[in-house]
Amino acid sequence: MKTHILVVLMQDHPGVLNRAVSMFRRRGYNIASLAVGHTETAGVSRMTVVVESDHVEQVVKQLYRLVEVLKVSDVTDDPTVEREMALVKLHVPSQQRAEIVALAEVFGAKIVDVSVTAMVIEMTGGPAKVDNFIDMVRPFGIKEMMRTGRIAMVRGARGHSGADLVDTGWQNDVAGAASAAAQ
Amino acid sequence: MSDKRTGAQILCEALIQNGVDTMFGLPGGAIMPFYHAMWEYRSELRHILCRHEQGAGHAAEGFARSTGRIGVCIGTSGPGTTNLVTPIADAWMDSTPMLAICGQVSSAVLGKDAFQETDITGITMPITKHNYLIKRVEDIAYAVKEAIFIATTGRPGPVLIDITKDALQASIVPDYSKKIFLPGYRPTYQGSKKQVKAALDLMLQSKKPVMMIGNGVMMANASDEVMAFAERYQIPVITTLHGLGAFPQDHPLSLGMPGMHGWVHANRAIQESDFLLNIGGRFDDRVTGKASTFAPNASIVHVDIDPSEIGKNIEVDVPIVGDAKLVLLSLLEEEPEEAKVTQFHQVAADWLVYVRELQAKHQHKQQYLNRPDTSVMMPHDVYAVLTKEMNERGNYRVVTDVGQHQMWAAQLLDWYRPRTHITSGGAGTMGFAMPAALGVAVAHPEDTVWVVCGDGGFQMTNQEMIVVVQENIKNIKIAIINNGFLGMVRQWQELFEGKRYSGTPLTSPNFQKLAEAYGWTGITVESGDQIEAAVQQAYATDGPVLIDFRVEREVNVFPMVPQNKSIGEMITE
Repeated sequence: MKTHILVVLMQDHPGVLNRAVSMFRRRGYNIASLAVGHTETAGVSRMTVVVESDHVEQVVKQLYRLVEVLKVSDVTDDPTVEREMALVKLHVPSQQRAEIVALAEVFGAKIVDVSVTAMVIEMTGGPAKVDNFIDMVRPFGIKEMMRTGRIAMVRGARGHSGADLVDTGWQNDVAGAASAAAQ
Repeated sequence: MSDKRTGAQILCEALIQNGVDTMFGLPGGAIMPFYHAMWEYRSELRHILCRHEQGAGHAAEGFARSTGRIGVCIGTSGPGTTNLVTPIADAWMDSTPMLAICGQVSSAVLGKDAFQETDITGITMPITKHNYLIKRVEDIAYAVKEAIFIATTGRPGPVLIDITKDALQASIVPDYSKKIFLPGYRPTYQGSKKQVKAALDLMLQSKKPVMMIGNGVMMANASDEVMAFAERYQIPVITTLHGLGAFPQDHPLSLGMPGMHGWVHANRAIQESDFLLNIGGRFDDRVTGKASTFAPNASIVHVDIDPSEIGKNIEVDVPIVGDAKLVLLSLLEEEPEEAKVTQFHQVAADWLVYVRELQAKHQHKQQYLNRPDTSVMMPHDVYAVLTKEMNERGNYRVVTDVGQHQMWAAQLLDWYRPRTHITSGGAGTMGFAMPAALGVAVAHPEDTVWVVCGDGGFQMTNQEMIVVVQENIKNIKIAIINNGFLGMVRQWQELFEGKRYSGTPLTSPNFQKLAEAYGWTGITVESGDQIEAAVQQAYATDGPVLIDFRVEREVNVFPMVPQNKSIGEMITE
């Protein structure tokens, strides 16, 4: 199955994430990763969802059926910046500390906590780079690890702002068309 | 102070302002403030008390499907609303505009497992077009306006509003003026002109065109446009279960119903066609049979107001997103080159002759309705009399349940007018018919509403018979096709499971006595020669009548497409 990255802009209402995720579940669409948060526009949240599907067009259409979904874009084939973050707690006896610090430096990871026998490292980057880092530190003994979902943004001036989606002048068009259809 | 209204009063006023005049429901603790307020508005807002919320929901569906207007049902928190889940799911599957109003426990105890608390918005999220949990009195008026707008526009569907008791009880000066703000909801009504042109070009190049019409045509009131288009280009018209009545079946271009229990000639026409124009049907698996084998030679144009239906089950060549009526009007506006049309007419005429020959060869309906053998009472004999009597008297609507009787009704009764055939299609909800007929009868007091029902489904919701009496409704007649089995399951057990009748033989009460206990006229018919007199008595009786037809027990619905087979492979006996 092909992996797709969808950027979804939604009205920031209670339950909207539930609606989207529930739809994925019941239609059997497999979510590989999901991240959701606020955007530059008040009242608009943004979800990046990595979905494995050979029928991504259906996934997009089903998302659009949700009344609070404003815009869905499949950015899989667009040039994007993609980021994930991982917090990794490693078992680190003092004699191995220098080695880990060097490794973290190579990956651009940050050491955010150090104690006598452990370290917490913050690794941010593209999914492959995060994977790679985790593979590299695994031999040292991972005590805990937590990864976030992926977030993605298209490069360049073009993009997915919520601002132009939240206008007010449209409902008369729909009402007009509906009454024309009823005649 | 005098301008203040309680949330419950605001709810009533908002409903009236948005065109509601009839509601079906049952009171209970959390919804009580609404019932308290409803009394003041009773001259504008008729409430019909059902005996079970499922009945209220199906009644609202019957009201909505037979009128095209919003159907409203009410339940109290907890079990009152979970009982609405089945009709909501049914309305969702069959795109019925419905508003479910639910009482909820007070916001102070919400989330604390209070008495009769159920997360009904959570439960109904996958089976509603949208739903709301309203906890503030300020939000009630707008929620009603937005909910009815969503339920009745675009592809219609059920919308649920769950309102906490304290919001219904609190008072404010209401504001009904807030404009609808739905930036994420913009249904497309006008089909793309470019796609319309492409569709017509494709059709004019075809030699064996067929048109298939579904529920979308009914919803859009597009029957006249279907007729105009079919006649202009002389294309045979196939009507799905929910399209029955949208095109008069005595029309020379009508081929009737396709699919699992459709007619052989309709399915053959689809399989042999080289062009299929589907308007407002969703290529349900009961229509397509094994999807990969459906209409193998046809270029397919699919018109649907819901983009997600296009390409979901069947790959299409030209998708057109739009309202059935407006797209048909666009198709009719096109003025293709005269020469192309003339040439198309010539080849399509040959095809039409061929299709009519197919139709003449497979006269199952006529055979069923004119059986020479009268020694046993076959279900078909009941339909033969019903058809004749209905046609003679006119003004009928038929509500069917789910199962064998439903397929026989679709096959054997005559469908001429839109919204006269009301049934549970997508969800296949047994128990739908009796309560749905209540809604139809309330909406259409001038018509005779026939419930055609099996002995199994009837027993699921027959308690609603008493509502008919309480409301003094006289135009409902019930025909129970009583074969002592859950017949459709039994048919599959006979055909595919070596007659192991596991869980299908069915004992029923004496339906005539049951009817009489409810204050109805009850009739039992045990032989074919009594059918006509019984139906005539039903018509002559000024009040609700139930007829228990004790038909031959093990009879199968044919033709039939077995599961996962192509619709070209029909069993006919």
